[in-house]
Amino acid sequence: MKLSDFMIKEAIIPELQASDRNGAIRELIESLARAGAVDPGDADALARSVIQRENQGSTGFGKGVAVPHVKQDRVKTMVGTIGRSSRGVDFAALDRAPVYTVVLLLSPSEDPDRHLEAMENVFRHLQRDNFRRFLRQSETVEQIVDLIEEADEMPAA
Amino acid sequence: MDRQLQVCCRDVVIKNRQGLHARPVMQFVDIANEYEAAISVRKGDQTVDGKSPMEMMLLEATQGTSLRLEAQGLDATEAVEALTGLIERGFDED
Repeated sequence: MKLSDFMIKEAIIPELQASDRNGAIRELIESLARAGAVDPGDADALARSVIQRENQGSTGFGKGVAVPHVKQDRVKTMVGTIGRSSRGVDFAALDRAPVYTVVLLLSPSEDPDRHLEAMENVFRHLQRDNFRRFLRQSETVEQIVDLIEEADEMPAA
Repeated sequence: MDRQLQVCCRDVVIKNRQGLHARPVMQFVDIANEYEAAISVRKGDQTVDGKSPMEMMLLEATQGTSLRLEAQGLDATEAVEALTGLIERGFDED
């Protein structure tokens, strides 16, 4: 599986307006809706379930990245996108540090294995210092898209 | 009681339907970090640090996956028992 298989490039946000967690999640889901990847009528409910999920346990895994996500019946095909914040967003991360890169993932509930495969893919790249650093430094959608494409060309470990 | 360096190792199978997804990983890492022992988790020939959430996500451990827990340290046995319990309980999911 490649990042490009589920990352909606049109929905990437190079500078998040929100500086709080819930705002950042809403912004990314609205962006997915504008890109046609999510039914606009579902955006609010999806944002609420991602936030609820986040309240149960932060997906701020440390090192300035968070991966908010949810598995939900409303989602027909797995979709994701990326938001970057130069100021940092408080995600109640494990290491308590602000989050500069938010990778949002929405998955259908009936296929948990595929969801795990996508998460593994996301983390395999987030694990690399360079990928995190370049993501954090990206200022345009094009730069982030280039990073995704480069990551996809790398051999899978 | 005299405490000695212990090495403990146990094979476990992921039981919950959702597999080792983000929330179980966080539960696992939280418990692992309560122990002094170094903890590693092995799936086939892949070994990750049981105290690192990012590395744990790389295991892609779906339902039915066999993992080997390995701990080394003064409290290795207790650590492995606590973590085995968590996995056997299916992370209190489903």
